[in-house]
Amino acid sequence: MLVHTPHPDLPPPSTSVGVIGWARKNLFSTPLNSVLTLCALYIVVRFLPPVINWAILDANWAGSTRDACTDGGACWVFVKVRLTQFMFGFYPADQYWRVILAFGLLGVLIAWLLIEKTPKKSWVAAFTILVYPIIAFVLFYGGLGLPVVETNQWGGLMLTLILATIGMFFALPFGIILALGRRSSMPIPRALSVVFIELWRGVPLITVLFMSSVMLPLFMPEDLRIDKLVRALIGISLFQSAYMAEVIRGGLQALPKGQSEAADALGLSYWQAMFLIILPQALKTVIPGIVNTFIELFKDTTLVLIIGLMDLLSIVQSAFADPKWLGFSVEGYVFAGLVYWIFCFSMSQYSQHLERKLHTGHKR
Amino acid sequence: MATVEHPQKTAWWNNAHNRALLFQILLAIGVSVFFAFIANNTIHNLEQRGISTGFAFLKQKAGFGIIQHLIPYTENDTYGRTFIVGLLNTILVSVLGIICATVLGFIVGVARLSSNWLVSKLAGIYIETFRNLPLLLQIFFWYFAVLRALPSPRNSLHIGEKFFLNIRGVYLPNPIFEQGFGWVEGALILAVLASIILKRWANKRQEETGEQFPVLWTATGLILILPTIAYFATGGPISWEYPVLKGFNFQGGITIIPELAALLIALSVYTASLIAEIVRSGILSVSHGQTEAAAALGLRPGKILRLVIIPQAMRVIIPQMTSQYLNLVKNSSLATAIGYPDLVAIFAGTTLNQTGQAIEVIAMTMAVYLTISLIISYFMNWYNARSQLRER
Repeated sequence: MLVHTPHPDLPPPSTSVGVIGWARKNLFSTPLNSVLTLCALYIVVRFLPPVINWAILDANWAGSTRDACTDGGACWVFVKVRLTQFMFGFYPADQYWRVILAFGLLGVLIAWLLIEKTPKKSWVAAFTILVYPIIAFVLFYGGLGLPVVETNQWGGLMLTLILATIGMFFALPFGIILALGRRSSMPIPRALSVVFIELWRGVPLITVLFMSSVMLPLFMPEDLRIDKLVRALIGISLFQSAYMAEVIRGGLQALPKGQSEAADALGLSYWQAMFLIILPQALKTVIPGIVNTFIELFKDTTLVLIIGLMDLLSIVQSAFADPKWLGFSVEGYVFAGLVYWIFCFSMSQYSQHLERKLHTGHKR
Repeated sequence: MATVEHPQKTAWWNNAHNRALLFQILLAIGVSVFFAFIANNTIHNLEQRGISTGFAFLKQKAGFGIIQHLIPYTENDTYGRTFIVGLLNTILVSVLGIICATVLGFIVGVARLSSNWLVSKLAGIYIETFRNLPLLLQIFFWYFAVLRALPSPRNSLHIGEKFFLNIRGVYLPNPIFEQGFGWVEGALILAVLASIILKRWANKRQEETGEQFPVLWTATGLILILPTIAYFATGGPISWEYPVLKGFNFQGGITIIPELAALLIALSVYTASLIAEIVRSGILSVSHGQTEAAAALGLRPGKILRLVIIPQAMRVIIPQMTSQYLNLVKNSSLATAIGYPDLVAIFAGTTLNQTGQAIEVIAMTMAVYLTISLIISYFMNWYNARSQLRER
């Protein structure tokens, strides 16, 4: 019996598979694309090798003085020598362990809360909110047998992280209250919330910091001296809570009205309905927005330089004035930039990851 | 038989209406007490320091120089005038920054969506690099690391003998409009008016007959050609004043001080990275079905983009874009860190330090930014209301 045996398939033409196929499809699909590709290639070839040469190949890594920087490239020795100052400011060197311990503990707690399927999340959350701030205060500032380190000795990355974390710690609950106030049916809380939110969102952070450093002492009783760091923190927290309120309001608005009506029908009080039904759902949908606000806050902490606090950028900037190390500003900025970039980029990747995870329902 | 239970009269504090009233009264009292406390302290503290309140200081002589002023200003002018000078400088850098950031942002945003792998990746690297760095760091980088490293005036980088770049700034030729330039301006206005009338006529004709008219090309032609004709007919009434090296510095021409250049570059580059993301998300927000439906109706790719995708993408883009513009205006206040004489640096900086009138100065500065942002939000709400989808 004759059985029809088909010819084996011919391989696809070599121009449509493999590297050539990929390049034809993605780089040279039209004349315009080819021109664009060539321009882009020129930019890459022109700028990438010098940058790599400067930053890595010709760079100086070893040594501890300016004389060690003999090659043409970057002088990372400068950053190496100053590294502990960039990280801890003028914190006493024998007390660094306190800072490392405090941030390490915070890292563990946050990781515990963020990673899925870890047990006893609510206990850890309660510990983080109620107990950890006290531990952190004692570790950073002193007391309970630890020597006191005044806030004017705090600096560098440590101060940046403290500003961002405390700013967030206060902005979140305050933002929730403001968002609820803005959506309230009672006229007075609504008006107060709207004025507060629009006022802080309408002015630059710099003027808020100026205000907290110049005007706050005028507002307070004469004999009350407020620490410079605390003043900056008050300004940052107020400013940030206005932004946070708008993010949270978005989440509250996105929630169908049926949820609050159902809660009413069950006989829950306003606060029960809020804490058991509305806020858990609303906050969950805006976690990416909250993370983005945190990124903005993290970048904005650099502005405290203007009122004379020694955060990471400020301490790097002041290191350029050292007569022994003149002329290494590019290295300093690149290092500071890298630190900020790593923090912001990883947080934004996390927020995008959350967005993808939470929006699965809308995918095609 | 079951007795009908009459609903018990609830206690007055369990009535939701009364509770709301009580809560609001308490809140109002609390806020008033808080502000009274602050006002009381402030008055006491001001008396202690011997600072008189009021805006009389605005009429006093300032006595300090400002490196860039758009209106005539000398050290003998008043503090009130420093306010105007600072405000104008803020507006200058904001307007220039908005224009540059928009152009750059649109280019990068479209490049990010390009089918060209390399271009899209480069745009992605640009976006991820610049939006994840603090703006202040970028301003410092451009100012201290890049512009401070430029050569001295004698060894300026230059294009021909017309454009110069050195550590003191950028020097450009200054156009001088001579007699007869009014004709060129007149021709331009005429061309714009004609284009608007043409557009109206073309729309009307299309509605009546369905025939189209190439308005875009005609209008471009009109706007380009009419002023050019006027320019040559009046014998080229523009002459250029070129910067010339005299002694240690350049004289003549337009000078862009390095503070302005650094601030402008940093603001534009940073905001453009955010605008690029907005443009990208706006274009992606138009569902693929729209493109397919337009193609099924027989529209060509250019028209699909112009008539279907862009109008819908704009609905997403414009509100976010406005808030970025607002951020740019507010961020321009970082000028104070590198000494560009904007409102915050001049007025909330030098003037405040000299006069000590903290409350008045900060209040005026905040009022300016607040006014700008309220105007922009008002515009945004108006646009939102106009462009919202009208369902049912």
